[in-house]
Amino acid sequence: MPELAPEKQKLPPDHPGFEVEEKVSSPWLEAWKSFKKNKLAITGAVIVLLFILMALLADFIAPYGMNEQSLADKNLAPSSEHWFGTDDFGRDILSRVIFGARISLWVGFFAVLGSAVVGSLLGIIAGYFGRWVDTIISRIFDIMLAFPSILLAIAVVAVLGPSLRNALIAIAIINIPNFGRLVRSRVLSVKEEEYIMSAKAIGMSNGRILFSHVLPNSIAPIIVQGTLAIATAIIEAAALGFLGLGAQPPQPEWGKMLADSRQYIIQAPWTVFFPGLAIMLTVLGFNLMGDGLRDALDPRMKN
Amino acid sequence: MGETILEVKGLQTHFFTDDGEIPAVNKVDFHVDKGEVLGIVGESGSGKSVTSLSVMGLVPKPPGKIVGGEINFKDENLVNASEKRMRQIRGNEIAMIFQEPMTSLNPVFTIGNQLIEAIRLHNKWDKKKAKARAVEILKLVGLPRAEELIDEYPHQLSGGMRQRVMIAMAMACDPEVLIADEPTTALDVTIQAQILELMKDLNKNRGTAIMLITHDLGVVAEMCQRVAVMYSGNIVEEGTVKQIFKEPKHPYTVGLIKSVPDMTSKRERLYSIPGSVQKPGSIKVGCPFAPRCEHAFDRCVSETPALLEAGDEGQKVSCWLHHD
Repeated sequence: MPELAPEKQKLPPDHPGFEVEEKVSSPWLEAWKSFKKNKLAITGAVIVLLFILMALLADFIAPYGMNEQSLADKNLAPSSEHWFGTDDFGRDILSRVIFGARISLWVGFFAVLGSAVVGSLLGIIAGYFGRWVDTIISRIFDIMLAFPSILLAIAVVAVLGPSLRNALIAIAIINIPNFGRLVRSRVLSVKEEEYIMSAKAIGMSNGRILFSHVLPNSIAPIIVQGTLAIATAIIEAAALGFLGLGAQPPQPEWGKMLADSRQYIIQAPWTVFFPGLAIMLTVLGFNLMGDGLRDALDPRMKN
Repeated sequence: MGETILEVKGLQTHFFTDDGEIPAVNKVDFHVDKGEVLGIVGESGSGKSVTSLSVMGLVPKPPGKIVGGEINFKDENLVNASEKRMRQIRGNEIAMIFQEPMTSLNPVFTIGNQLIEAIRLHNKWDKKKAKARAVEILKLVGLPRAEELIDEYPHQLSGGMRQRVMIAMAMACDPEVLIADEPTTALDVTIQAQILELMKDLNKNRGTAIMLITHDLGVVAEMCQRVAVMYSGNIVEEGTVKQIFKEPKHPYTVGLIKSVPDMTSKRERLYSIPGSVQKPGSIKVGCPFAPRCEHAFDRCVSETPALLEAGDEGQKVSCWLHHD
């Protein structure tokens, strides 16, 4: 054992030697920095942002009303008057695509929010309490995941009745196991961390540890999963709409628009092209953004 | 000798595994007096950490379980205490710091956040008062720029600073006993010295009793008044620092002291005790150290020695060489 310094010389707290790093950087700020550097992710975020703006400002930017019919102008090709052309009722496709963003984003966002909340709770319960609770919850997840998700969604809608709201509920339900499993695995690993032991050692209760230490450590993967899940939810909503199980006419839902116009695909391809493009772009946007978020937030990718 | 604050009597903590029951802590007796520093030394796997976790009621359950004995803190037997009562005691009356400062803080919260939470857990204070206390305690543990540190994240601090934060967190509610489980093992030597100094100060100025778990005999000599030597889940020798270093009685203690590298010695090879620690419980009868002991004789394998007073002034040893 080396000898200790005979007398500790106390430096004043403002001694320049103590200056370390002035700027306080939070993990979120770090993530934002690395997200900014990722061009693809920014592209995705911009696409998403544009669609969100479109949805919010639909009333102001749409040139026509979403259900404004003009039977004389049916199936018109794109022109300066109707940029995206018109459909078989003479409705302006651009306007319907713009209003459709509202529906798709609404369904995507709230369906994912619902499944994230329910899935996280179930995942926490399964991961923390373990044993038979875990067995029951995990097996239910396994069973749900064994179904093709769209079939499960169709089954749920069949029970609840076809409507946009029920499609949203169905999509929320089928996404629960994804979040549940994710959070469960996070809980299992965080539970073993030493800071959980030291939280216990200062007298913290289990419930409090769960919600103030375990859950916040799972937020990042939940956000990533959530962003990617919105993309799938939008596709699922469109698929249900296409099958007539989601949005009901005359709601300008993209999937429904595809279904309604598919008989004109040869004579008036723009009637299916633009709604399809809208679906593709939003999904692409959310996927790019989700991938970027994963790179930025995943601690394993950090050096 | 002062008033006893923590007394452990016949503590048995067993782990129930697929390979059977393992007595990680096997009938351990020791006590900590008010304001003293007790060292617990031993090799890895000797049951030091499990003993401290048992006192905190934090033995992972399953597979671990306290199957016998008493842990008397003031006038209360903690073995029978409810989980709710234990939560009140943890952090408030008995606090603990761990070996790994790098991972003992939650990476997603600021230092202040975690300190304030710890303070408010045991005090019904508003946030402002708790924050003031957090700054005060950070200054107490010798951290510079306490006001700024409060808004920083654990990854921005060095290991030594983090260990200071851990000590601050443990000291936040002025506990009467601080259990330090190898608090300096993960730190480099200069920081080690500072942390030990800090703990000494806290012990002296605030009268906090410290139970210091370590395998470093240098640390023991520096810090402790009394030492208990653990081997394979048992305490094999107990005494004051002077007794243990000057007149070690148990062959294991002798071996431990001999294996500390000595700069003045000309010998090239370092001394080491032959063999390694037996799995606790693998020796049912006899002294657990007998297979590695150069003085072992027939009685050592046929009868288990008890921890009894030997020599003068309360030195205790469990070895047939010193008992009849």
